[in-house]
Amino acid sequence: MLTNNAEAREEYRNIWVVAEVLAGEIQKVTYELLGAARGLAEARGSEVWCVVLGNQISSQVDALFHGGADVALVVDDPSFMNFVDEDQATVLTRLIRTHKPEVVLCGATTRGRALIPRVAVDANCGLTADCTGLSIDPENGDLLQTRPAFGGNILATIRCSNHRPQMATVRPRVMNELPVDTSRTGRVITGKLEADEAGGLKQILKVFQDSENSVNLADARFIIAGGRGLKGADGFKMLKDLAERVHGAVGASRAAVDSGWVPYYHQVGQTGQTVQATVYFACGISGQIQHLVGMQSCDFIIAIDRNPDTPLMQLADVAVVGDLFEIIPQLIKEISRT
Amino acid sequence: MRIVVCVKQVPGTHDAKIDPETKRIIREGIKVVINPFDTYAIEAAVQIKEEIGGEVIVLSMGPSRAITVLREGITVGADRGILLSDRAFGGSDTWATSYALSRAIETIGDVDLVICGKQAIDGDTAQVGPGIAAHLSWPQATYVMDIADINSGSLTARRMHEDGWDLCAVKLPAVITVVKDINQPRVPTLKGRLAAEKQEIPIWKAADIGADPERLGLNGSPTRVVKTNPPQGRMKKSVVLDGPVEQSVRRLVQELRQRSLV
Ligand SMILES: Cc1cc2nc3c(=O)[nH]c(=O)nc-3n(C[C@H](O)[C@H](O)[C@H](O)COP(=O)(O)OP(=O)(O)OC[C@H]3O[C@@H](n4cnc5c(N)ncnc54)[C@H](O)[C@@H]3O)c2cc1C
Repeated sequence: MLTNNAEAREEYRNIWVVAEVLAGEIQKVTYELLGAARGLAEARGSEVWCVVLGNQISSQVDALFHGGADVALVVDDPSFMNFVDEDQATVLTRLIRTHKPEVVLCGATTRGRALIPRVAVDANCGLTADCTGLSIDPENGDLLQTRPAFGGNILATIRCSNHRPQMATVRPRVMNELPVDTSRTGRVITGKLEADEAGGLKQILKVFQDSENSVNLADARFIIAGGRGLKGADGFKMLKDLAERVHGAVGASRAAVDSGWVPYYHQVGQTGQTVQATVYFACGISGQIQHLVGMQSCDFIIAIDRNPDTPLMQLADVAVVGDLFEIIPQLIKEISRT
Repeated sequence: MRIVVCVKQVPGTHDAKIDPETKRIIREGIKVVINPFDTYAIEAAVQIKEEIGGEVIVLSMGPSRAITVLREGITVGADRGILLSDRAFGGSDTWATSYALSRAIETIGDVDLVICGKQAIDGDTAQVGPGIAAHLSWPQATYVMDIADINSGSLTARRMHEDGWDLCAVKLPAVITVVKDINQPRVPTLKGRLAAEKQEIPIWKAADIGADPERLGLNGSPTRVVKTNPPQGRMKKSVVLDGPVEQSVRRLVQELRQRSLV
């Protein structure tokens, strides 16, 4: 909503987190956002609200309080079992109009990124995607939103002074959860889906959860990625073996994906996923710019290559020079031994 | 079936530069390409046309040189192109951009389907597709990896998620955004190139799409870029392990253990 004077802005209070609910479970990114919201609410002297649109989620509400929420605004409806973005956007927009939050945060997941832009248009407010930093401007209370642009070549700070709420998405693993505090409690506000809010524009016919290839790369803490140097599907088998032993997710370069050794949703980079793992372990990936932009903001980078001069070996915190077909089996052996 | 494909001209990745005044990306004088995701959107539209008939229109908002991305679209099978170009559009954020595109889509009229790439590689926001859908009050399907069925009234598509996919049916008109999985864009032919060279591409201004000037450009953009910085460089204290394999591996395990990963 357009709020081009301080008085109109004053009406908007509290920091909202839109919960990510997947197969009936509130996802980790929600707790990370609660952690970020807590700091913002403290700076603003306001409350953290968590909005949950889901089906049979009441048992998880306490965990939201333990994770930093003061209020859980819950709309529990069977129609939220699947992801119907149009209906969720309608409900969320109505809740925003009613309760007037100052800030709305949402996970930058495939679902969050589908839902929130609709809400931003309907609620006539600004939205900043994939923020890596959020803070409050002490002078006027605006939310300062920092995000990488151009595949991480630039960090931009964005504000949205004349509209409320200020909306932002944040990728999983960017913010930190608070330590769980089981003594915290909060208020529950129960909302409901109104008759005309199930628009009937979309029907979900089938849901497939890919358990075997379950690669939530955006969510992964440890990614083991392979490139052309793995030479084939067999090389990836070896990589998967390693990944399983260390509970890592498997990533890949486009060369490996295009060769058909591993499906597309493993691809990291400009035309794949951007990842932000604690450790990125690259095996036989040279690190062309299109790959680097997808992973260079990982905290710690390890690379194996027989060529020490590749861009990725230059970027890596630990660069292991040698033949990966010797190194990986030896690594598996060493890990299994201990 | 009338399909509009929204395409964007983006700077090549290497050349990102920032205007110190506007804090926006300088788009003059650097190499530009069609947003790679949009090539899949064009191909998806052309395949639908080939299957059930209809018309494919490529639509772009940008400076006059963005006409080249429209020609690229026509080269690979789009029937015509429209460029939105006006100073009034300058400085648009995703809200204002999706508003302008939605106005153009309404002006074209009788559109059944809008296809966008999942995101543009310069901004990486993925907000314009759903934004257009919201402005038009149409349903949407994002991250589409496969169109299972399309007829005059509805579209059935597989949406990619981090944890798998779902199959959804949306009523038309609708907006979809597509990922790379959906197809393999065709190689342009000489005939296509000639057709594209010959085409007149109309340039529409704000007045041509009946847009509210308050909702365009900087005026219509709730967000403002207040500053830009280069990202903090990595703390460089690289370790290079180039000794015997056993020794490197032992050290590697140590590094992983320090991070509680093994
Ligand atoms: C528009 C566009 C978008 C793109 N998007 C992406 C993207 O999203 N993601 C992406 O990854 N790429 C992308 N690319 C492709 C990118 O430019 C590179 O071609 C690709 O990343 C190369 O993959 P690679 O590093 O696996 O292969 P290579 O560059 O061939 O590197 C293989 C490496 O393995 C090493 N090696 C070989 N054998 C061994 C061995 N036995 N032991 C140890 N090391 C060995 C080699 O020394 C080499 O460094 C894109 C390109 C374009 C033009």
